[in-house]
Amino acid sequence: MRLEAIPNPSSLRRYGFPALAIVATVLVASVLSWVAGAEPFATLGLIVKGATGSRLAILETLNRATPLIFTGLAVAVAFRAKLWNIGAEAQLYAGAVMTVVIGTSAWGVVWLQLPLMALGAVAAGALVLLGPVLLKTRFGVDEVVTTLLFNFVMLLFVSWLVEGPLKDPMGMGWPKSTPVDRDLRLPRMVEGLRLHWGFGLALIAAVLVWLMQARTVLGYEIRAVGQNARAARFAGIPVNSVLVKTALLSGGLAALAGFSEVAGLKGHLTRDLSPGFGYTGIIVAMLALLHPLGVVVAALFVAGIFVGADSMSRAAGVPTYLADILLAVALLFMVLALGLSRYRVVWK
Amino acid sequence: MEMMALWEILISASFWAAAIRIASPLIFATLGELLCERAGVLNLGIEGIMVMGAFTGWFAVYLGLPLWGGVAVAFASGMVFGLLHATLTVPFGLSQHVVGLGVTLLATATAYFAYRLALPQVTSPPRIDPFQPLPVPILSDIPFFGPALFTQTALTYAAFGLALVVGVVLYRTPLGLAVRAVGENPAAAAAQGLSVTGLRMGAVVVGSGFMAVGGAFLTLSAFSSFFFDMVNGRGWICIALVVFGAWRPGKAVLGAVLFAAFDAGQVRLQQTELGAVLPYQLFLALPFILSIVALVIMSRRAEVPAALMVPYNKGER
Repeated sequence: MRLEAIPNPSSLRRYGFPALAIVATVLVASVLSWVAGAEPFATLGLIVKGATGSRLAILETLNRATPLIFTGLAVAVAFRAKLWNIGAEAQLYAGAVMTVVIGTSAWGVVWLQLPLMALGAVAAGALVLLGPVLLKTRFGVDEVVTTLLFNFVMLLFVSWLVEGPLKDPMGMGWPKSTPVDRDLRLPRMVEGLRLHWGFGLALIAAVLVWLMQARTVLGYEIRAVGQNARAARFAGIPVNSVLVKTALLSGGLAALAGFSEVAGLKGHLTRDLSPGFGYTGIIVAMLALLHPLGVVVAALFVAGIFVGADSMSRAAGVPTYLADILLAVALLFMVLALGLSRYRVVWK
Repeated sequence: MEMMALWEILISASFWAAAIRIASPLIFATLGELLCERAGVLNLGIEGIMVMGAFTGWFAVYLGLPLWGGVAVAFASGMVFGLLHATLTVPFGLSQHVVGLGVTLLATATAYFAYRLALPQVTSPPRIDPFQPLPVPILSDIPFFGPALFTQTALTYAAFGLALVVGVVLYRTPLGLAVRAVGENPAAAAAQGLSVTGLRMGAVVVGSGFMAVGGAFLTLSAFSSFFFDMVNGRGWICIALVVFGAWRPGKAVLGAVLFAAFDAGQVRLQQTELGAVLPYQLFLALPFILSIVALVIMSRRAEVPAALMVPYNKGER
């Protein structure tokens, strides 16, 4: 077989294949729940109900989507430039650490301190990705492996922090940090509803990233570098400096996930602050076809599946790992669908 | 004082025995990755495929298969996920980064799902009877080298044997030449009448089988049980080891042993006065930091297969 590029794919092709990918994913999920001894459609129904069935469920889904919007944006921005940032997990934790460090020092100037926590987090996350990117641009070291390996280093660093320097003296010996001061938490978006401003911030970030990509020179340069770095260099675009800027942006966005989880939801830092939000961000970004506004939709979808699978598992006894399989399958189908929407398979 | 402690560790046979043991799963998986990359395909599915192999190998033995049967089952399960990876990346030419990560997520989630399904509500996973040390006659009586090198389990000897086989096949057979050719210049290889798609897919499928056996080493020879997170980044370290070994089987094995020696060393250093002063997390982070440093040093003079990560599509030039 051989692939033939389609110059101007029809919109049926462009949207039909991704839609088929979703259908195929649902089929796989049905088969798996049947294997697990549950009624396939009942399982899917329970997932949907668990994610959207009540006010509490919807709020839980929105809360879960918040860090995923940030990590999804981080990945989408980087992948657009073909910068393979697989280290959003480490950048998230760097942001969380900085949030705790600034948020637990007594200043007494709340209106200044909360924004500084966010800025500090962004700086920390950007710095964490700056290392691998400089290694890439200076020495040609593949950033996939360095960002992946650094996730493990960062997690051990956090583990040391919450057992040592940042440990909560009132924590009954549990490895967690001193909590951020009550006044320094993100307020709720609507009085009485358990949804913090991290979600609003994530939406604003998505719109800003979209504007940046669609309307600014940097957005244009990022696309050019991603499409063909050699051609971009030939056209006079400073490829390395574009990559560095992309990295700072991507790392900063991922760090905001850590900031919003600590300042909005948990209040303190633990080793299990993130159940893999950084890695799930890759799925979110791919399902969104790397579009910043699509990231919001995809993050809600992915968060819904996780929240729904939790309640489904309690009711139907199918392991929660069904959600992870479902999302991995969705990712692979989506990549395939994207390929098929741009290429025609010729058998001969 | 610390220097003395370090020296005593380095001259003990048990330290080197541990290093060889720790190196074994890395050798299997590194050889698997090396095979994929020599054919031109980066396989980031490695981490998940190791998890899958660790689970299937262990579960097969738990269900009553002999140990070598478990190894075979692990190998087969690795080939299945390798086939998935190869189908998406080779004929369809999809992004090797994204597909690889997708395969890792899928294989890991599937292994955990199957584990929970097969053993619901178990708090501590059941143990199996693992491979036992198998002293090589005569050689194991040599002082120092005997206990260090020749009192290992059969699976460890297999790891080193496999390195030899991969080296011979890659450099001394027409098949190996063909595999290297499609990784260096697929268009020229195709002009010679070689099937680029077939060779690349074959290399990825077999290589993924080796990765899964590397994972199975953990459950069948090292820990005798299956735990979540037991692979713990070893797959990513193997990708670094391939670069460190400059895509050559011999150097990759050397790298794996060197790396394992550091790993065995950090465990022992934790028990000295140094371990009382420094946080244990620093010792645990050392292998990952070391891998990054090795990547930086080696990447400047490594001979990357020229067509690594470049999909080949007939008629497109």
